[in-house]
Amino acid sequence: MRITTTRRLSQLLFLVLFVWLCVVSTGGEAWFQRRGWPVNWLLQLDPLVAVGVGLAAGALTVGLLWALATILLTVLFGRVFCGWMCPFGTIHQFVGWLGRRRRLQDRLLANRYRARQSIKYYILFGLLGVAAAGALTGWAPQAGSLLTGLLDPIPLVYRSVELVVLPIVDGHVHVLWTDSRLTDGALLIGLIFTAAVLANWYRPRFFCRYVCPLGALLGIISRVSIFRIARTESACTSCGLCERSCEGACTPTERVRSSECVMCLNCLDDCRHDALAYQVHKQPGEITGPDVSRRGVLASLATGLAVAPLLRLTGRTTLNWSSDLIRPPGALAEADFLKRCIKCGRCMRACPTNVLQPAGLDQGIEALWTPALNNRIGTSGCQLNCVACNNICPTGALRPLSLDEKLGVGEFAEGGPVRLGTAFVDRGRCLPWAMGRPCIVCQENCPVSPKAIGVAEEYAVVRDGVLTVHQAGDDELMVSGSDVPAGTWTTGDYYVCPAGKPEQRRRILRQSPDTLGLAGAAWAQPPEPGSMVEVRVQLLRPVIDPARCIGCGVCEHECPVSGRRAIRITAENESRSRDRSLLI
Amino acid sequence: MTDAPQPDPATTSRREFLGRSVKAAATVAAAGGVAAWLVHRANRPVVDNTVALGDFCVGSEARMAAVRGTDRADLLARGLAGVGGLDTYVKPGERVLIKANVAFASPASLGATAHPDLVGELVRLCLAAGAKDVVVTDNPINDPANCFALSGVGRAATEAGARVVLPKLTYFRPTTVAGGMLIKDWPLLYEPFEGVDKVIGVAPVKDHDRAVASMTMKNWYGLLGGRRNQFHQDIHDTIKELAMMVRPTLVVLDGVQTMVSNGPTGGSLADLKDTQTMIVSTDQVAADAYGARELLGLSLDELPYIGKAEAAGVGTTDYERLLPSQSLEL
Repeated sequence: MRITTTRRLSQLLFLVLFVWLCVVSTGGEAWFQRRGWPVNWLLQLDPLVAVGVGLAAGALTVGLLWALATILLTVLFGRVFCGWMCPFGTIHQFVGWLGRRRRLQDRLLANRYRARQSIKYYILFGLLGVAAAGALTGWAPQAGSLLTGLLDPIPLVYRSVELVVLPIVDGHVHVLWTDSRLTDGALLIGLIFTAAVLANWYRPRFFCRYVCPLGALLGIISRVSIFRIARTESACTSCGLCERSCEGACTPTERVRSSECVMCLNCLDDCRHDALAYQVHKQPGEITGPDVSRRGVLASLATGLAVAPLLRLTGRTTLNWSSDLIRPPGALAEADFLKRCIKCGRCMRACPTNVLQPAGLDQGIEALWTPALNNRIGTSGCQLNCVACNNICPTGALRPLSLDEKLGVGEFAEGGPVRLGTAFVDRGRCLPWAMGRPCIVCQENCPVSPKAIGVAEEYAVVRDGVLTVHQAGDDELMVSGSDVPAGTWTTGDYYVCPAGKPEQRRRILRQSPDTLGLAGAAWAQPPEPGSMVEVRVQLLRPVIDPARCIGCGVCEHECPVSGRRAIRITAENESRSRDRSLLI
Repeated sequence: MTDAPQPDPATTSRREFLGRSVKAAATVAAAGGVAAWLVHRANRPVVDNTVALGDFCVGSEARMAAVRGTDRADLLARGLAGVGGLDTYVKPGERVLIKANVAFASPASLGATAHPDLVGELVRLCLAAGAKDVVVTDNPINDPANCFALSGVGRAATEAGARVVLPKLTYFRPTTVAGGMLIKDWPLLYEPFEGVDKVIGVAPVKDHDRAVASMTMKNWYGLLGGRRNQFHQDIHDTIKELAMMVRPTLVVLDGVQTMVSNGPTGGSLADLKDTQTMIVSTDQVAADAYGARELLGLSLDELPYIGKAEAAGVGTTDYERLLPSQSLEL
């Protein structure tokens, strides 16, 4: 079997594995749903995740040690991760192959090395600079941030496929979810993915050659790799065919640039004179290191180091924090969270209700695509008995929670349940508070026991509800002064009582223009003819008990004021940060 | 010098002119054709996809049984026997829809949903009576998949041989309740009802601040879609109209435990009280009246929807008249 066929099989295997691990990340009871599958393995293999989190947070989750395997692989064999394993690389290679030029001259031109390929190294150093700011300050809570996930190919491809591609595809086939999923900000995520994929028609593997910070990292590591591509000058006829399909644009026709080589091994296949070999022995004059200047590296590192305090100068992690950014349960305190979140979107994918959404640019560039609850989207707020997001997070930005800890029961009873924020009633929009109409849906749906939403009962005099008594019977009241349409007051929520005496109210059963039919026991002293009576509506008005509210958002989701809800969660009193507490 | 005439760049040959005219005409015709087609489409008659649920009642005489105990399978069997046996209602080859209350994603032990033992047994009995197909469905408040999984109703129904249908947006069709004022042109979970011969409602007895109590009539709320919570502005008339909308074959009211506080979500065993009763009835008004008075200790005046439903002719609150003598022995 040809070596390139083996490579294609490997690529296909990893692409299928990637799609499979996306598919099985669905919660549920079927065999193909999340049941101990190593769903994060590809993210764990990504050394940029480990290096980024390690630099920014100074700590790694055990799973991220898989990155050592990739580093070892690169040290032995070069950038095989890029050419043989990376699912994003495989997509690029396939799309580039679809759009390949027909004329040999055009293909050679497309695969020529270009100095701008060094941009990816500067991107890498910039991103690592931002992360390293934490290490340089001894991981002080206010410094260092992790932005690698914006361009790191594995988080990028997970984010794009799971939050954009799968919801579109599954919206037609309904295999993963019962009903269609939504992704807030899908346009930006989807356009970046589309641009990265279609750029292959401009230059093959455009993203890999010019942008990919992971490729850059592996390129640097591959300086020391044992095996490499080398050309034997004496056998070479300088026909140039080896660059016909060169994925990395690493100039095997001249001196091989091994840091650019993605180990596609197409050159071995294309060379008709056996002048190229994959071997331990180096070609004289091989260019091992990346084509970067010391000045450029220092400048991009310095830029990254400068960006970290610039980000924190916004105050978004301290005084200027955004209470609209409601983090999922188990999220670390914001500054620590931002040092670990790689924006891969796995938590949003795992969320059974779709309430977990990628934050948009309105929350600042640091929070872009990090998980936040949007209680208007999804089937039902954050479900009480669910810890799916905590237990899928590959980097520990969301701490693994047991159900006991989330609910605050058993050994966690003392700490109480994990709170995401607090519900606030907007009394200017709430039907019973502002408009005299019964509702109380929020209280009904509050899943906490005892409910965090209490009820303030009020019998409020309705508009045009003060009437003059003509005659009072046991079960009937003849009145005048009302032109309210018959039937308005017979819903079961309306009462009539002598003026100013709501405690003597009786429910209205029937209503005609001049007669009210009444329920309940007859009045001891019926209202005198000529006296006034009041029609009152029973209103149950929601009142939040912040000591009980966990901020799950079910009330906000169910509120019938469908646009800007009359009850909304904001992040005050969330468990993860002392300084955002609400209660003394 | 050649004698061949050179084309004059300032003039156009007849051939070229004709060719360009044809292209121009084709472009105009194509644009006109597309425009005409779109205008024609815009004038299509609007397809009326409104639906109404049929009458699933069997016999004209209302029957009801109230039985006491704690084993739900046993209670169901005795309750069904009390109304003449399931064979009276479900005939071989029929398709049965069970609307269970699976509103919340909480474990069965907390009593916020229909109990899986009860739903599973009912499915088995329907199949044993010869039903060709049994569907269990609900449009819950919490995430549907979570509700059916965590309550255990999904697994119990599937293992007993039923199909569980989770709601999708495309399953809803607009309905209008005849004689109603509120439920007009409102999305109804209709797809699972296609081809169904018999409908059975299964609901627990639950405290409910707005409606006072949620029982078999309130259970039909889970067939509504859209922003249905608007209906809480007039909950009693809404429940009455739901009872008018669905004329079930049977309703099963599970009062083995009654949620007496913090309803309808519950969330704690402390919210439940042992009441050890199950009601099987062809009359949903009678079942709810029994639940309100005997299990919750309320007067019917406190639940206006029961009286409203009776006044609308849905059923009777005089459940004592329906109870056969043996079920009163308890």
